[in-house]
Amino acid sequence: MRDLLFHGACSAIILTLTACGGGNSGSTILVGEFASLTGKEATFGISSHEGTQLAIEELNAAGGVLGKKFELKTEDDQSKAGEPANVVNKLISKDGVVAILGEVASSRSLEAAPIAQQNKIPMISPASTNPKVTETGDYIFRVCFIDPFQGTVMANFATKTLKAKKVAVFTDVKSDYSKGLAKFFKEGFTKAGGTIAGELDFNGGDKDFKAQLTAIKSAAPDAVFVPGYYTDVALICIQAKQLGLNVPLFGGDGWESETLLNIGKDAVEGHYFSTHYAADAASPKVTAFVAAYKKRYNGKVPDAMAALGYDSAMFLADGIKRAGSTDGDKIREALAATTDFDAVTGKMRINEHRDAVKSAVILQVKGGAFKYLETVSP
Amino acid sequence: MKSADGAKRWLLVGIALAVVASYFTPQFNRYYLGIAIDCGINIILAVSLNLINGHTGQFSLGHAGFMAVGGYTAAKFSLVFEAMVPDSLKPLLFVAALTLGGLIAALAGLGVGVPSLRLKGDYLAIVTLGFGEIIRVVVQNMESVGAASGLKNIPKWTTLGWTFALAAITIYAVASLVNSTYGRGFIAVSDDEVAASSMGINPVRYKVTAFVTGAFFAGIAGGLYAHHKQFLSPTGFDFLKSIDIVVMVILGGMGRTAGVVIAAIILTLLPEFLRQFADYRMIIYSLLIIGLMMARPQGLFTLSFKKKGAASV
Repeated sequence: MRDLLFHGACSAIILTLTACGGGNSGSTILVGEFASLTGKEATFGISSHEGTQLAIEELNAAGGVLGKKFELKTEDDQSKAGEPANVVNKLISKDGVVAILGEVASSRSLEAAPIAQQNKIPMISPASTNPKVTETGDYIFRVCFIDPFQGTVMANFATKTLKAKKVAVFTDVKSDYSKGLAKFFKEGFTKAGGTIAGELDFNGGDKDFKAQLTAIKSAAPDAVFVPGYYTDVALICIQAKQLGLNVPLFGGDGWESETLLNIGKDAVEGHYFSTHYAADAASPKVTAFVAAYKKRYNGKVPDAMAALGYDSAMFLADGIKRAGSTDGDKIREALAATTDFDAVTGKMRINEHRDAVKSAVILQVKGGAFKYLETVSP
Repeated sequence: MKSADGAKRWLLVGIALAVVASYFTPQFNRYYLGIAIDCGINIILAVSLNLINGHTGQFSLGHAGFMAVGGYTAAKFSLVFEAMVPDSLKPLLFVAALTLGGLIAALAGLGVGVPSLRLKGDYLAIVTLGFGEIIRVVVQNMESVGAASGLKNIPKWTTLGWTFALAAITIYAVASLVNSTYGRGFIAVSDDEVAASSMGINPVRYKVTAFVTGAFFAGIAGGLYAHHKQFLSPTGFDFLKSIDIVVMVILGGMGRTAGVVIAAIILTLLPEFLRQFADYRMIIYSLLIIGLMMARPQGLFTLSFKKKGAASV
C-alpha cells in the first residue's frame, strides 16, 4: 500500500513537471509584477500595484507601444520570505513575461533578482532603496534613489533646516533598510560637524519603546532620527509624546503611509521625513498623475509607492519603445542608456550601477496630512 | 521483517525515481521544478517533525529554528569553500555542507533537548517556540551571515535528484527507526510515559534521540532550501514557518509517515494552484484546511499503515 502511494505521488509530480506553460501571444506585451498585496507590508504593495496598474491602463489607452498593448500579470508574495522566488519563477517560466516589476521591500527584491538575472529578464524595482539590490547583476534596475543618498539628505536637513547640533539615532535592527539609513545618516551628520547624542535599537514589531525613549530623553538631543517603518514609527511618536520628549522626530520614506496618521494622530504632528515625491508639489506632471489616480481609485491620494509603481511601468514602456523590441537584451540596453526620463517622482537618469539619480523631497506632518517642505537635489 | 523489506524497497524506488527525474530536469519548466523541490524539502521537514511530534508525542514548535541552523551553516560553508574547490568536486562539497548543516542542527537539538525535554506538552511547546525565536534573533544580528539583510549568492546546487533522494532517505531512516525494536520505545513514550518508564524505558533519552534525529534532518532540509532559493533571510524562519510544518504533520495524521508525506505535498501545491484566485487565495486555502480537518480529524491517510505495523511486531 505504501509503495502504491509513493508511486502515485511520484508520477503525479512528474506529470505536473512536464506540463508546459504559456507564452507571449502576438498582440500583447506581457509584463510581470510581484508585490506584497497581503501580509505585513501590504499597504506598500497595494500602493505600488495601483500605481503600476494605472500606468499600464494609461499606456494602453494611448495605444500601447510598438503597436502592441500591455498585459499586466500580478502575483502576491504575501510579504513572506521564500515566496518571491516562486512567484518570479512562475512569471518568467510559466507565464513568459518580457520584464518584471517589483518589489518595494529590498529583502524580497534581493530574493527575486538572481532569478531575473539568470533568465536574462530585465527587472525594475519601484522602491527598493538598498544598494545591494542592483548589485545582483546588469538586468536589475530601480527607479528610486538609494539609502546612502537618503541618509545624506537627512543629515543635511538636520544640520541646515533643523539647525540641530546633537541628534539621537533610533534604529530598527531587524531591518537592513533602517540600519543602512542610520549608517549613512551618522556619516553625513558627523561630517557636517554634528554630534550623535545616542544610538539606540528596537526590533520592528515591538510595541513598547519607553525604555529606549527615556534613555534618549536623558541625552537631551535637539532631534531624533528614526529610520523605521510607519507602524513602529507611529507608536514611537506616541510614546515619545507621553514621555515629554518634545523634539522633532524625522526619518526616511518608510514613514510614508496613511497608517502613520491613523495610528499616530496628533503625536506625529510636526515631524519630518524624506521621500520620493510630494502629492501637493506644483508640477504639471504630478498634478495630472494625482488627478488620474484619484479618479481611478475613488479619491485616494497617491503616496510615494504609488508614484514609484507608476514610474516603474512608464520607465519600462519607455525602454521598450526605445529598444524597438521586447527582447530582454535590447530592453536592458535601452534602460541602461537612459539619460533623461521625466518621471512623476522627478527627472532621473540611470547611472553605471543601474540606480536612478534623482532628487528627494522632505515632507512635514501638518494638520493631519503630509505637506511639502523642500526638494533636495543629488 | 516484512515491514523492513518494504521500507528498503521504498527507499530504493525513491532514489531510483529521483535519479531518473534528475536526468530529465533540463526539460522541466523552472517554475514547476522549483515547486517540486519545495515539495521535497517540505517532505523532509514534515517527516522529521513527525518523529518528534507524531511518533514520540512531544509538541515541538522549533523546527524552523533547526532548519535555520542547518541552512545558514551549510550556506556559509559553501560560500567559504566554493572558490577553493574545482568544479568536479562541487557535489562532494555540497554533501559536506549538507552533512555539516545537519550535524550542527543536531547539536542544537541536543542543546535544547537535554535541559527542556523534562518538560511536557504545552510547556515544551513554549520552550521550543522560544528556542526558534532565539535562533532567528541571533542570526539577525550576526554580520558574518548577512544579519537582517540576508545571505545572498549561495550557489544553486539543489536539484530535484538530491532533494528527492534525501527525502527518500529521510522517510527510510525515520520509518526504520520507528519500526525497529529500539524504536518501539518512541511509541511507548508517546502512549504513556509513566507506563513506559515503569517498563524500564528512559523517556528522556528517547525524547532526546527523537529531537536530535529530527533536528538533523531539519538541518539537511535547511541546507537544501538555502542552495535552492540561493538567498536566506532571518524573516523566513520565524515561528509561522514552524507552524506550517506542524500543520503538515497534523493534517497528515500524527505518526503516519505516508499521510504526512501526502500532506506536505498537498500543502505545498495548494497555494500554487490557488494563485488564479488572487485576493481570495489565502481565504480559500484556510477554508480548505479547516474543511479537511473537519472531514478527517484523525489525519488524511490513516489507511492500513498502523495495521501493517502492528502485524509485523
